[in-house]
Amino acid sequence: MKEEIKLMKGNEAIAHAAIRYGADGYFGYPITPQSEVMETLMEEKPWETTGMVVLQAESEVAAINMVYGGASCGKAVMTSSSSPGVSLKQEGISYLAGAELPCLIVNVMRGGPGLGTIQPSQADYFQATKGGGHGDYHLITLAPASVQEMVDFVALGFDLAFKYRNPAIILADGIIGQMMEKVVLPPFRKRRTEEEIRAQNPWAALGKPKDRKRNVITSLELDPAIMEQNNIRFQATYKRISENEIRYEEINCENADYLIVAFGSMARICQKTIELAAEEGIKVGVLRPITLWPFPSEAIARQTSHVKGILSAELNAGQMVEDVRLAVNGKVRVEHFGRLGGIVPTPDEVLAALKEKLM
Amino acid sequence: MYMDINDIIKPENLVYTKPRLMNDNPMHYCPGCSHGVVHKLIAEVIDEMGIEEETIGIAPVGCAVFAYNYIDIDWIEAAHGRAPAIATAVKRLNPKKMVFTYQGDGDLAAIGTAETIHACNRGENIVIIFINNGIYGMTGGQMAPTTLEGMKTSTCPYGRNVALNGYPLRIAELVERVDGTCYVTRQSVHTPASIRKAKKAIRHAFENAMAGKGTSMIEIVSTCNSGWKMTPVKANQWMEENMFAKYPMGDLKNV
Amino acid sequence: MAKIKGAVVVNKERCKGCELCVVACPSKVLALQPAEVNDRGYHYAFMQNPDACIGCASCGLVCPDGCITVYKVKL
Ligand SMILES: Cc1ncc(C[n+]2csc(CCOP(=O)(O)OP(=O)(O)O)c2C)c(N)n1
Ligand code: SF4
Ligand code: SF4
Repeated sequence: MKEEIKLMKGNEAIAHAAIRYGADGYFGYPITPQSEVMETLMEEKPWETTGMVVLQAESEVAAINMVYGGASCGKAVMTSSSSPGVSLKQEGISYLAGAELPCLIVNVMRGGPGLGTIQPSQADYFQATKGGGHGDYHLITLAPASVQEMVDFVALGFDLAFKYRNPAIILADGIIGQMMEKVVLPPFRKRRTEEEIRAQNPWAALGKPKDRKRNVITSLELDPAIMEQNNIRFQATYKRISENEIRYEEINCENADYLIVAFGSMARICQKTIELAAEEGIKVGVLRPITLWPFPSEAIARQTSHVKGILSAELNAGQMVEDVRLAVNGKVRVEHFGRLGGIVPTPDEVLAALKEKLM
Repeated sequence: MYMDINDIIKPENLVYTKPRLMNDNPMHYCPGCSHGVVHKLIAEVIDEMGIEEETIGIAPVGCAVFAYNYIDIDWIEAAHGRAPAIATAVKRLNPKKMVFTYQGDGDLAAIGTAETIHACNRGENIVIIFINNGIYGMTGGQMAPTTLEGMKTSTCPYGRNVALNGYPLRIAELVERVDGTCYVTRQSVHTPASIRKAKKAIRHAFENAMAGKGTSMIEIVSTCNSGWKMTPVKANQWMEENMFAKYPMGDLKNV
Repeated sequence: MAKIKGAVVVNKERCKGCELCVVACPSKVLALQPAEVNDRGYHYAFMQNPDACIGCASCGLVCPDGCITVYKVKL
């Protein structure tokens, strides 16, 4: 089947994109606001068409470890959850990073801490971009701002994960997960055969042929000298990712006097703020990080040549603003604006905050 | 008739040797630890079934974490307790492969109880090898869910007190009740006869998994002589005299 | 009547001196070296009483470290 244009929710888009990508497996556990991902997969029954395995696990802990198992075999496997569930997955994610395994994780964020609310939030920015679990590691973090990007980032996330042998995460929020938009679905790709997987991922634990040594997937190394070397290798990977995979979008930035840095649904709200500001004669640009890690620090730093101040607008109490400040390094004023606990601000609230904090 | 020993030690007279799939890496286990015997049996069964190229082992967190260093097959090292979840995915994504987990009683019966029971309940076509030595070996001999009443460990130095710590958990009896299991058995490896029986059980379990009959669990009541602070020989005696009453030998289920 | 005779070879460097083979042997063939140790400091097992060996492989079976190879002939 070819490309198709359809109207659907962000969560449904994730499911359709995974099937079309040729994903081998999905393992999840229900949680609002992302349960439609697994529901859509179960309805689509991809095991009858592409052969994709879909399984409802007994917990997020089990689900992420199923992902670890599938990834250990070189398969394209994924899970999705929302904030409390993603917290439970952190041990497994650290093991995935430590064992250098590719996989895709989706977090459709809701407000916390604790059980919190089921309303949208971006309060898991720190968790996603700074590691989240124990140890020195990073996830390739993609922040979609549309249902189309939910589709596109499934393929991008898997491709980057396999390219660098590192987990990738789609950090969406409840708005992107729940809203309906028109999307272009890519054509179906065939799942890779075992022979292809063995050729592309010679490290995969798929059974040991006589002519190679056994493959062992592990994050354990008791010798600190070797463990340091492993960590140096991980850091080299993160450096390569940082050099090659930074993605962002600049909207109206060229002649802007003020810059808003915002990601995901917040970036869409801020696009409207640009228009409202223009009506008042204030030139505002929006820089939307698409990769939250690696973070577009240089692109933001470049803006300091002409903007008078930067507002980091987030659905949290001030997380990304720390990275913006690091990028800007004191050259211009950087302030944070956020609503908490699942409240989503209006574009004029953002404008009011910009005026109050920066002008 | 006198026969020189060198006339006997010839390849054609060989009756027993270290399994082919067990490599020459010296094992890190304490002298006399049951883990080594069970490793040998698994290596022999895989070899005899001719499935070494199709077998994937899931190693636990516990003393057997390094099982992957000794049996020459592909391995995945799990987070503590999560081996059955990992095995679930490996088997579902590779239905023709032989997938087994190897877990201690802390790994399987404490932190990983949920994963164990749910893998069994889904009837995953995997084998779970469960080493019940009544103690946490790797971390230095703390209480396990399987620790016997009155038994001393470093976290119950005055003996396990059920008022404080609850009762020894009999996992085999639990998973026997779960519909997804096809074979649940309790074995030991402390005598030549018990070792032969345990090997038959492992073989039967592996055949079940390959035939898609459901989950098989082989509990092996084992010793941890270091944790128990006994000689290996004494530990075997102590196991027979104390563990077998709570953890009786034999098949609980075989369908 | 056919008589059976066996012999074992202990991989002395692999042996950890756990004594399980000594106890398992029905013919009291094996013992641990009383004084000598291997490179890792273990009093390793050896055939103290080789003539008694019947090649039953009990020692090999119980050895956790796979140190023992067993041979047998029918006379
Ligand atoms: C999440 C987590 N918690 C605790 C530990 C520490 N730990 C390592 S092994 C172990 C117990 C292992 O005992 P058991 O499963 O009985 O195996 P044995 O060592 O006796 O063979 C513990 C608690 C860990 N590695 N990971
Ligand atoms: S601590 Fe116990 S279980 Fe671990 S290797 Fe030693 S004897 Fe075996
Ligand atoms: S059983 Fe093995 S390790 Fe133990 S003493 Fe005998 S040969 Fe040595």
